[in-house]
Amino acid sequence: MKHTISVLVENEFGVLARVSGLFSGRGFNIESLSVAPSLEPNLSRITLVTRGDDRILEQINKQLNKLISTIKVIDFTGEEYVERELALIKVAAEAESRAEALRIVDIFRAKVVDVTPKSYTIEITGASAKIDGLIELLRPMGIKEIVRSGPVVMGRGAKGVAS
Amino acid sequence: MELTGSQILLESLQKEGVDTVFGYPGGAVINIYDDLYDSSIEHILTRHEQGAVHAADGYARCTGKVGVIIATSGPGATNTVTGIATAYMDSIPMVIITGQVPTPLIGNDAFQEADMCGITRPCTKHNFLVKDVRDLARTIKEAFYIARTGRPGPVLIDLPKDVQVAKCKFKYPETVSLRGYKPTYSGNSRQIDKAAKMLLQARRPVLYVGGGINSSSSNAELIKLAEMTQSPVTTTLMAMSGFPQGHPLCLGMLGMHGTFYANMSVTDCDLLIAIGARFDDRVTGRIDSFAQKAKIIHIDIDPTTIKKNVAVDLPIVGDLKDVLGKLCDKLSEQAESLQKLVKNTAKWRETIDEWKQAHPMGYESSDTIIKPQFVIEKVRELTEDNAIISTEVGQHQMWTAQFFQFSQPRTFLTSGGLGTMGFGLPAALGAQVAFPDRQVIDISGDGSFQMNSQELATLVQYKLPVKIVILNNNYLGMVRQWQQMFFDRRYSQTVMELPIDFVKLAEAYGATGLQATEVADVEKVIKQALETPGPVLMEFKISSEENVLPMVPAGKGIHEMVLAS
Ligand SMILES: Cc1ncc(C[n+]2csc(CCOP(=O)(O)OP(=O)(O)O)c2C)c(N)n1
Ligand SMILES: [Mg+2]
Repeated sequence: MKHTISVLVENEFGVLARVSGLFSGRGFNIESLSVAPSLEPNLSRITLVTRGDDRILEQINKQLNKLISTIKVIDFTGEEYVERELALIKVAAEAESRAEALRIVDIFRAKVVDVTPKSYTIEITGASAKIDGLIELLRPMGIKEIVRSGPVVMGRGAKGVAS
Repeated sequence: MELTGSQILLESLQKEGVDTVFGYPGGAVINIYDDLYDSSIEHILTRHEQGAVHAADGYARCTGKVGVIIATSGPGATNTVTGIATAYMDSIPMVIITGQVPTPLIGNDAFQEADMCGITRPCTKHNFLVKDVRDLARTIKEAFYIARTGRPGPVLIDLPKDVQVAKCKFKYPETVSLRGYKPTYSGNSRQIDKAAKMLLQARRPVLYVGGGINSSSSNAELIKLAEMTQSPVTTTLMAMSGFPQGHPLCLGMLGMHGTFYANMSVTDCDLLIAIGARFDDRVTGRIDSFAQKAKIIHIDIDPTTIKKNVAVDLPIVGDLKDVLGKLCDKLSEQAESLQKLVKNTAKWRETIDEWKQAHPMGYESSDTIIKPQFVIEKVRELTEDNAIISTEVGQHQMWTAQFFQFSQPRTFLTSGGLGTMGFGLPAALGAQVAFPDRQVIDISGDGSFQMNSQELATLVQYKLPVKIVILNNNYLGMVRQWQQMFFDRRYSQTVMELPIDFVKLAEAYGATGLQATEVADVEKVIKQALETPGPVLMEFKISSEENVLPMVPAGKGIHEMVLAS
C-alpha cells in the first residue's frame, strides 16, 4: 500500500543522505521525495511516498525515528490531509491539437505557462491523482517532457505538526 | 583564554573522563598529536588503524566505558571502517576522531581525502563533520552522549585540519539537548504488568537473552527473574558472559551452533521472552519454524529491533535494568501465583533435563590428537574466573562459546554481528589496557590470527601480558566445514598451504612463543604461558578436520540440527 510520510528533520549537513541512505540500505521503496525548509528555519520538512506492507511501514517509521536528526515522523495514511503536487508538462501542440490541449487545460484548471508554435508548457497543481489524470489525457497528443515535484501534504485542522 | 581546536578536543576528552585513547598519527591529525605530546591522556599506538578500533572496542566491551580512537584522514580513516562496523553491529559505545583535509579543500579530491561521513553513515549511530571550531566542544559532548546512551554505538567526528588549528574560547557544555534523540528508558508499566501475567500463566517459558544484558548491566536482574520464576535461560553469542553458563537454569547458546536442548526448548516453548536480543538469522534459523508454539514478549531499548524479524505479542521498549527490575517487583508481589508457576513448569524443566541427558554438549576426546575443545576446557580450568577471553571468528570462536563456561559479565569479547576475523587480538589488547592485572586471553584460529598479527608489536611495546591461544588446524576451518558438509569436500582456498612458524613469529616481535603438538603438552604449555610475564603466544596443533556441532544447516529450522559428523 502507498503511504505518504512527512519527516521533520534537523536542517544540517548530510541529513538528506541519512534519510535516502536508510531507504536504499534497507531496501525500502521510495517513490518520491521532496525537501525544503519548514516553519522553523533550522528544520527541514521531507515529504516522501513509499510502498510496503504493515511490517515494512512499521520499520520505516521506526528507522526514520531512530535517526538522531529526526524530530518527528507522520504517516498520513488514514488521516485527513491535503495533498498537493506541482507538475510542468510540455506537450506537442500543432494546428488541429492546439484547441484540444487548451480545452483539457481548462477542465483541469491548469495553466499554460509557455507557448511555442509547436508546443504548450502546462502547469498544474493538485493531488497526485489529478496530475496523473491530466497526463493520461494529454498523452495521445505527444508529451515531450514532464517534471513533477512529488507531493507535499499537510494535515487538516488547526493543529500544526511541530507543536 | 582561547584554545585551538586540537586543544579543545583533548580538554573535552578529559571532561568526558577519557584517560586512554588508541590511534595512529598522520598529516591530518599532526596538530592533535603535537598536543598529545604533553597531555596526560595515554595514547596507545597500535600498528594498524583497524587494530586501534578493535582495541578501543575491546576496552569498551569489558569496561562499559566509551572507547576512543584517533586516526588520520584518507587511508587512516578508511582503515577504521571494519572496526567501526564491527562495533556498530554489536552496539559498542565508541567515539572515533578522524582528521580531514582543510575545509576549503573538502570535495576537491585533495591528498588523503575520503568522505568519512559518507562512508560511515550506515555503520555509525551518528556522525559529525565539524566545520567551525566553535561547534567542536558541543559536538564532542553530543558524540559521547549519543555513543553511550540508549542502544550504544559508535559515533564518528570528522575534524578538518584547519578546525584543529583555529582558535576559540573553550567552555565544555554541561548538558546536551538533542530534539531528535530521546531514548525511552522506563518501560511502560501496563505492558510490564501484562508480561507478568503472561509469564505466570506459562507452562513452558524460556528467556532468550542477547547482548543488551551486558550493555545494560542488568545481569543481576536477569538472574533474579530466572530464579524466582525458575525459567530456563538461553544466551546468544553476545550474551555468553551475560548469565552464568554453569547455572542450573542455563541452556547455553541457541541457534546455528546452539545446544540441542536450547534449540529444542525454543522450538517447544509456549512463552519466549526476548531480552535485549534481536532475532538474528544465526539465532532463528528458518524463521517460519522459529518458536511457533510460543507467545513472544520482546524487551529492548531499540524499538526498531521489535517486530523486525518476527511478530511479537507483547513489545516492551525500555532499559532492561528498569524493565526487568519492575517485572521482578511485580512478580514478587504475587508469591502464591509464583509458587504455582514454579509447580506448573516443573514438568517443562524435566523435559529439558531429558533433552540435556539425551544430547549433552560434548566431543569425542582423544589421547593422540589435540582436540580444540579440550584446549578450551583446559584454559578455562587453569585461568581465573574473571579472566577476559576474546576470540577471532571461525570454529575456534564457536568452540569457545560452547565450552568455555563463562561465569562473569563482560568477560567474553567476540565479534557477533559482523563476524570480523582479526578482532580478537586487538580486542584483547584493549582489554589488557583497561585491566592490567587481569588475565586476558585471545583464543584464535591460524587464519584469523594473521589478519591483525602486527598487534603483537603493540603488546610487546606496552608490556601487555596478553596470552594468545592459536588453535591451528591449518584451515580456514569454519569455511572448510561448510565445504565438507555442503560442497562435497571441495576445499576451495581454505587450506592454509604455507605453514607459519608461529613460535618464531612471536619471537620476532619480542614475545614468547610456545607450541604443543601432543595431548600431554597442552596443560604444560598453558601453565607455562600463564606463568611467563609479558605476551605469550601458544600454538596448539589440533585435529585438523574437527567440526563444530551441533549445526543447523542454512535454511533449516533450529530443531533440525546435525548432531554428529
Ligand atoms: C574479515 C573476514 N573475512 C572472511 C571471513 C569469512 N570466514 C569466517 S570463518 C573463516 C575461517 C577462519 O579461519 P581460522 O581463523 O583459522 O579459524 P577456524 O575456523 O579454523 O577455527 C572465514 C574465512 C570473516 N568472517 N571475516
Ligand atoms: Mg584455522
